[in-house]
Amino acid sequence: MIGALQFLLFILLALAGMQVVRTREPLAQSIAVSFYGLVLSLLFFLHQAPDVALSQIAVGAVALPLMILLALAKIRRARQEREAEQNR
Amino acid sequence: MSSILAWLPYAVAGWLLLWGLYGIVKSRNLVHLIICLVILQSSTYVLLLAIGYKAGAVAPVFADMPLGTPAVDPVVQALMLTDIVVEATVAALLLALAVQVYQRAGSLDPRELVRLEG
Amino acid sequence: MRLRLVLFAAGALGLGAAYFAAARGLPPVGGYSGAYGEVLNAVSVGERHATDVVSAVNFDYRGLDTLGEEFILFASVLGVATILRKQQGDEEDRDEPAWQARQAPDSDAVRVLGVWLVPLTVSFGLYMISHGAVSPGGGFQGGVVLATAPLVIYLCATAKTFLRIAPPWLTKAAEAIGAGGYVVIGCLGVLAGKQFLENVLPLGTPGAAWSSGTILFLNLTVGIAVAAGFVELLAIFIEEVLRRET
Repeated sequence: MIGALQFLLFILLALAGMQVVRTREPLAQSIAVSFYGLVLSLLFFLHQAPDVALSQIAVGAVALPLMILLALAKIRRARQEREAEQNR
Repeated sequence: MSSILAWLPYAVAGWLLLWGLYGIVKSRNLVHLIICLVILQSSTYVLLLAIGYKAGAVAPVFADMPLGTPAVDPVVQALMLTDIVVEATVAALLLALAVQVYQRAGSLDPRELVRLEG
Repeated sequence: MRLRLVLFAAGALGLGAAYFAAARGLPPVGGYSGAYGEVLNAVSVGERHATDVVSAVNFDYRGLDTLGEEFILFASVLGVATILRKQQGDEEDRDEPAWQARQAPDSDAVRVLGVWLVPLTVSFGLYMISHGAVSPGGGFQGGVVLATAPLVIYLCATAKTFLRIAPPWLTKAAEAIGAGGYVVIGCLGVLAGKQFLENVLPLGTPGAAWSSGTILFLNLTVGIAVAAGFVELLAIFIEEVLRRET
C-alpha cells in the first residue's frame, strides 16, 4: 500500500520537476514550484521523515513562492518606472 | 513493486538533477534560472532520503513508540533539514541580486547581461 | 545557443553515465545498514532524554553545524538588506506619506479571517518551537510558521499595523538575540568546564516539554532568530514595493 503510494508520488515528482523547468513565465513557475514542494513534502512524509516534511512545507510551499512573488513585484515596479522615464 | 522501488529514487534524483541543469543552461530569465536551481537542490534531498530509508521502519521519533523499534536514519534527515534552510537563504539572496541586476541593467536575460560592461 | 545545447548534451551524457555507475554501487533503497543511525536511535533517548532523535542530532550531537546554518540565515538576511536598501537616499521624503496610507481591504471576511488566523498561527508556531525535542518540529519549522503571523496581519490590515507589530528595531534585536543567544548557550558548556555546546543543563523526563537540557533553549533561540529573519526579509521586500505605490 505504502509502496504503491511511494511509486505514484515519485512519478508525480519527476513530472512536476520537469514541468517546473519547462514553464517559462516566472509567475506561473512560482505556483508550479509550490506544488512541487508540496509533492516533495508528501514524499518525505511517506518515507518516515516528519521533521523534514514540516521544514519542506514551511520553506518550499510558503516562504519560497512568497519571496519569488515579492521579487517579481519589485521587478514589475522597476519596469514601470523605466518606461515612465523613457516616455518622458 | 518493491523491486522497482529499490532503484526508482536514485533514478528520480538523477532525472531532477539533469532537468535542473538543462533549465539553468537554457534559461532566458534570471528568476526562471533561480527556480531551476531550487529544483537542482531538491534532487539532493531525494537522494539523501533514499539512502537513509529502511523498508518497514518507523520515523526516528520515540515519543509514542517503544525504544528498539527499527527506525530510519536520523543523521541523514538532519542533513536534509540544514539543506532545506540553506536552499531558502540562497534563493532569497539570489532573488535580491536579480532585482538589483534588473534595476541597474534593465534586463533579466542572461544572454544580454554578458555583453553589458560593469 | 546551438553550441551551448550541444555542449550541455555532451556534459549531461557524461554526468548521467557517471551518476549511473555510482548509483549501481549504492545499496537498494529500503536496505539501510549504516552504523551511525542505529547507534543514535538506540542511545539518544537515554543519553539526552530527547524523544525526537533528529532534533537531538541537529542541536546536540551536531550542534556546531546548526550554529553555522543559523549564521548562514543571518548573513543572508544581512545581504538582502544591504542589496535592496541602497536606493533609500533619493525618494524617501516624498513617498513616505503615500507609503503609510495603504488602505485596509474592504471585505469584512478578510479581516475576520485574519483575526482568527493570527492567534492560531502564533500558538502553533510557539508550540512547534518549544516541543522541538519531543515531537517533529523544532526551531526552524516553528520559526517559519511564527513568521507568517505578521504576514497575515499585513495582508488583512494596513502596512501601518504590520509596522507596529513588527517594527524594524524589534526584528533586528530579536534576530541578534537569537543568533547571539546560541553562542551564549554554547559558552555555558565552556564555563562549566566541558566542551563548547555540550549539554550541561539538567535533563528532564523524556517526553515532557521541559526536558533535554540545552536543546530546549537552543530551539527557542533558533526559532526567534528564524522568525525575526523572515519577518525582516518580508519587511524589506514590502517596504520597497510599497514605496513606489502612489
